[in-house]
Amino acid sequence: MLFYSFFKTLVDQRVTVELKNDLAVTGVLKSVDQYLNIKLDDITVIDQDRYPHMIAVKNCFIRGSVVRYVQLPSQAVDTALLQDAARREAQTPNPQQANVRVK
Amino acid sequence: MDSGPYFTTSSGLIDSIDKKLLIVLRDGRKLIGTLRSFDQFANLVLQDTIERIYVGNCYGDIPRGIFLIRGENVVLLGEVDEMKEERIGLRQLPVEDILIAQREEIELKQKLEKVRSKALHERGFCIDNSANDLY
Repeated sequence: MLFYSFFKTLVDQRVTVELKNDLAVTGVLKSVDQYLNIKLDDITVIDQDRYPHMIAVKNCFIRGSVVRYVQLPSQAVDTALLQDAARREAQTPNPQQANVRVK
Repeated sequence: MDSGPYFTTSSGLIDSIDKKLLIVLRDGRKLIGTLRSFDQFANLVLQDTIERIYVGNCYGDIPRGIFLIRGENVVLLGEVDEMKEERIGLRQLPVEDILIAQREEIELKQKLEKVRSKALHERGFCIDNSANDLY
């Protein structure tokens, strides 16, 4: 949940998402979910010539499982706060999130 | 931002429903179709799907009908901007031609890969391709 919350603070920032297939896409982070799936608006593909299929695409949804890196503007990140939150997370592990509810 | 007891859909695909989308799959395929349904695993139902094969600055379309795609195979979904599509600057070829071009491109890549593997093998490296996705 920590990084889900972290990404929520970065909505409307310009970020670059690098995928495991080496495709890199820059866009405005519009939303994120618990799986760290990412929605980007107004995208620019880095090295566009290698990916002609992306020419007509302006907005995209990227499945969290295929992300290698998310590059962020450093001024958008409060590293002290993040470090603090991570420390707290490490000390008091949260009970695992249930993804399916039983009636 | 929460939308029901079963999944948090802040990043949900609900806004993309009934839109013409480009889906890139892990095996490198590009499908273009209308999104009719999705779930929390990003399983998708696409209608009037075409598989578009790109080779060089040409492409070819194969009509595929209705797809149910298992979410684990999805890399990304892109909303196709109809206006940009028209100015795309790529030539459309008939299906047979694009398949021939694609086969040639794959054969060329395989030849290069063979040479590379041999060179690495001679230096003591071992490449396991089964772990790599083909996209």
